[in-house]
Amino acid sequence: MKIIVCAKQVPDTNIIKIDPVKGTLIRDGVPSILNPDDANALEAALELKEQVPGSTVSVVSMGPPQACAMLRECMAMGADNAYLLSSRAFGGADTCATSTTIATGIKKIGDYDIIFAGRQAIDGDTAQVGPQVALRLGLPEVTYVQKIREFKEHSVVVERQMEDGYEVVEVTTPCVLTCVKELNTPRYMSIGGIEEAYNKEITIWDEHDVQLDPSECGLQASPTQVMRSFTPAPKGKGEMLSGTVAEMAATLVKKLDEKHAL
Amino acid sequence: MIFEEKYELIRKLARNFAETELTSDILDQVEETAVFPREILDKMAKAGFFGIKVPKELGGQGSDHLAYVIVMEEIARVSAVASLYVSSPNSLAGGPISLSGTEEQKKKYLTPCATGEKILCFALTEPGAGSDAGSMTTTAVDCGDYYLLNGRKCFITGAPLSDYAIVYAKTDPSKGTKGISAFIVHMDWPGVSTGKPENKMGLVGCATSDIILEDVKVPKENLLGELNKGFANAMKTLDVGRMGVAAQSIGVAQACLDEAVKYSKERKQFGKPICKFQNTQFTLADMATKLQAAKELVYQAAITKDKGGNSSMAAAMAKYYAAEICNEIAAKALQIHGGYGFIKDYRIQRLYRDCRVFTIYEGTSQVQQMVIAGQLLK
Repeated sequence: MKIIVCAKQVPDTNIIKIDPVKGTLIRDGVPSILNPDDANALEAALELKEQVPGSTVSVVSMGPPQACAMLRECMAMGADNAYLLSSRAFGGADTCATSTTIATGIKKIGDYDIIFAGRQAIDGDTAQVGPQVALRLGLPEVTYVQKIREFKEHSVVVERQMEDGYEVVEVTTPCVLTCVKELNTPRYMSIGGIEEAYNKEITIWDEHDVQLDPSECGLQASPTQVMRSFTPAPKGKGEMLSGTVAEMAATLVKKLDEKHAL
Repeated sequence: MIFEEKYELIRKLARNFAETELTSDILDQVEETAVFPREILDKMAKAGFFGIKVPKELGGQGSDHLAYVIVMEEIARVSAVASLYVSSPNSLAGGPISLSGTEEQKKKYLTPCATGEKILCFALTEPGAGSDAGSMTTTAVDCGDYYLLNGRKCFITGAPLSDYAIVYAKTDPSKGTKGISAFIVHMDWPGVSTGKPENKMGLVGCATSDIILEDVKVPKENLLGELNKGFANAMKTLDVGRMGVAAQSIGVAQACLDEAVKYSKERKQFGKPICKFQNTQFTLADMATKLQAAKELVYQAAITKDKGGNSSMAAAMAKYYAAEICNEIAAKALQIHGGYGFIKDYRIQRLYRDCRVFTIYEGTSQVQQMVIAGQLLK
């Protein structure tokens, strides 16, 4: 089975701060990491590889040459190959142009059975690139995958996370699945994996390699205009119940029942 | 020291692992129960920490001494006792088999230890034979098909938890150190028992005990290396093994320095944080400088070994200096904590207790001085 994982190198937002005046990210001195949801996507791919002997996992990313460090970590976790789409022509891309570039990269890798991506990247929080890649490759997609129930010969059954529960979806393969953190716990790299990662090459492709015209990628192909960056307000406080213990318990049961939690 | 990217990634793995898995709750629990959680050992095994230097074909990770000391340093920085579990299969216990084992012995004993399935310990010390290891009284008598082992080993790290032990015994008592041989002993064989775990002042969570050998029949194929060449095997193992203690020392010393810096910024006396006093600043500066010097010695010893050089003196210097300054730094860091440093709620007291043995085990500081002087005067 040929498995592809889309990954992005992002600044660690646990450390990053937003300039309160300009509303932009202060990236100075902030370490770059593998986007957390993408780590879940990679873990899902590696688990599938373990289930189906002979499978290969290829990680594809778009970014500056520094993103090689993140791809090296993916290989140290167990990915077999890594591809980086990197060129000045790809710079300034919004999700629209990014997905075009990633999709052409995946087409060039070719011959895939399943594509995993993270739900969204922690720097932009758009959750758009995964579904857009599916669209550009003409593949079905399931977003917010929180559990993989079963791999069948030509389909996969997954649970799709909803606000108050989940839906079970069977999707034909090849397909794109975007993963949430509840799907799994990403493994650590291993010492041997790191050794192997440094014995392998990372394939770097520019716009010529994937036959993209500069008008189809980067800033030129990005219709998005950023008006403002901001940190979303935290969710509201939880609701405090009052009354006697029996009343509170009854209210609690009713509310949990409404949410199908019981 | 500027490291290649690969080693930085190894450090990142070990640091991330230690900070994520070895939480203060877990470490408090280890301190209280003296039991190290099996599930963390399993995770360490998956990350490859038990077979860092073991070749891939034997189930190891195929890396080197520099990777080993970096992992030891980062694990010890969070938990010295956790680093003991890394050191054993990579160094003291795995070392004798790597050095002298046959291919069969390596596959049978080294591989499961490198993958974490089995635990192996190193049994050299005896009640009457510490620094003077050659004066051991454990004997192995050739009985035709097997050797008959009798004796008592003491202070054996991990003995009660082990599946196998590398046991050194006299096969020709008339020849002194040239009459010692090494054996691979199964801990469940008849006649093998362990003593009560020692009540140690530090490194709680990795049981240390005696191993008692009473008429233990050891098959001939479990002789490790050549007959009467066991002492050389032990000394060569220790020659490299002490790098691990040196790495533990810089890890714990770094933790002590981190605690001292943090506390000196928080603690206010005479109207200001104590880090504003020049005395504290000079103390911290001394600690940091000595620690950096120790780190360079440790990395240099590992690199020398990886490049195939004679690392004996470099490893002895690294172990001697790093262990000594670790104790000095721990004492100063505790002093900066004042009375709170004496209270068990503060982490510094555990670091202080844990590192005390670093100048003692795997060759005391005085033995390291003998090794260094021996190299100078030969």
